[in-house]
Amino acid sequence: MRFSEWNSSALVKQITSRGKKKQILTPTTFCLTHAADFADRVEHDVIPALRSGGIVLSDRYIYTAFARDVVRGVDPQWVRRVYRFAVKPTLAFYFRVPLDVALGRILGGRNALKYYEAGMDLDLSNDVEESFKIFQSKILKQYDALVKEFGLIVIDATMPIEEQQAQMRALVKDKLAGLKRIN
Amino acid sequence: MSDFRFYGSGIPGVSLSDLQGKLIVVEGTDGVGRSTQVEKLRFWLEQRGHAVLDTGLTRSALAGKGLKRAKQGNTLNLITHTLVYATDFADRLENQIIPALRAGFIVLTDRYIYSQIARAVVRGADEVWTRDVFSIALVPTSIFYLKADVEHLVPRVAFNRGFDYWESGMDMGLGRDMYESFCRYQTRLLEIFDRMAPFYGFNVIDANGDAEAVFENLRRRTRALIGETDSAPPAAGTGRVRKARKAS
Repeated sequence: MRFSEWNSSALVKQITSRGKKKQILTPTTFCLTHAADFADRVEHDVIPALRSGGIVLSDRYIYTAFARDVVRGVDPQWVRRVYRFAVKPTLAFYFRVPLDVALGRILGGRNALKYYEAGMDLDLSNDVEESFKIFQSKILKQYDALVKEFGLIVIDATMPIEEQQAQMRALVKDKLAGLKRIN
Repeated sequence: MSDFRFYGSGIPGVSLSDLQGKLIVVEGTDGVGRSTQVEKLRFWLEQRGHAVLDTGLTRSALAGKGLKRAKQGNTLNLITHTLVYATDFADRLENQIIPALRAGFIVLTDRYIYSQIARAVVRGADEVWTRDVFSIALVPTSIFYLKADVEHLVPRVAFNRGFDYWESGMDMGLGRDMYESFCRYQTRLLEIFDRMAPFYGFNVIDANGDAEAVFENLRRRTRALIGETDSAPPAAGTGRVRKARKAS
């Protein structure tokens, strides 16, 4: 099994970090640098792992980009075409929580929000927290549309974690038949 | 009144009616003399009082350095590589080219999206996908494509700066040495450029001749483009050039 996480490749990451630190990313370059980072992981990690018969577990995927970049004003059709190289997942789960729960979890559990994370580049509000709230509400709306468009499996993430896992495992188990095992 | 449009959906938030200048692209394969011609054209335009911005690949603040590092080792795969180049292009488009056009500059660019597309496609990238990625680009006022045959390119490259690893497509394993690889790689690139020429409406300039003759041709066409009348009588062929532009 390989575990893949958003934003993990070296050279592309340097470019993205530079853009974020200097705050010189526009919606288009934000989209393209993240697409490049994603492509690097697909080409280096995901495809070789799948060809070897492995399971790839990815924490976020193209849908994050579709939601976030479209909120930034990038053309929805263009961003989908850019990501056309992505492998169609066997299963795609979307953990859904209402906006106030999401905000409470994120704002309560950690320190300062970052500039792009809060959508400060969009001039939604001068207040970081307020900007983040508006940004997140727009992103959640996009996700709801993506659920239909891509058939994402919705898991109610307000349930106890054990219950969420039980639902997920039942669905994953169905897809494991015939896969190689290491031992 | 602006005549600009994007190839695709373009860059969010850009009002095309604000763009006043001209966007002139000089394209052509490696060793064709592009940089020399761009420099001469820039000098000529500036002498005539035009404000000129000259730009070229991998010169973006955002991705330029990363791309230079990537060239030192073959670390990126094809799709990633294409997207990093697209990032570099988008950054220059938004931060250099579009602001300069708003200010009424003549933007002169040493290569544009076409070299990027050719470079990706020759390595096996999906052509439609690659064009889609670069469809954020503005359609230039004119695309001058300097075209030379491989047999003319070889001595220029070999006896000037020597064969370069990437310009010879050495990453593709096409030949036993740089000469062989260069010839095969450039032949394939030229085929792709030939295919793109009618699709994108290139103004093809024969670059097999000496640099002065090529420049004369380029200058004559540029003059027509920027609507300048010269004190000298119009050079032979100007009418043909105008017609060709309308057709493209």
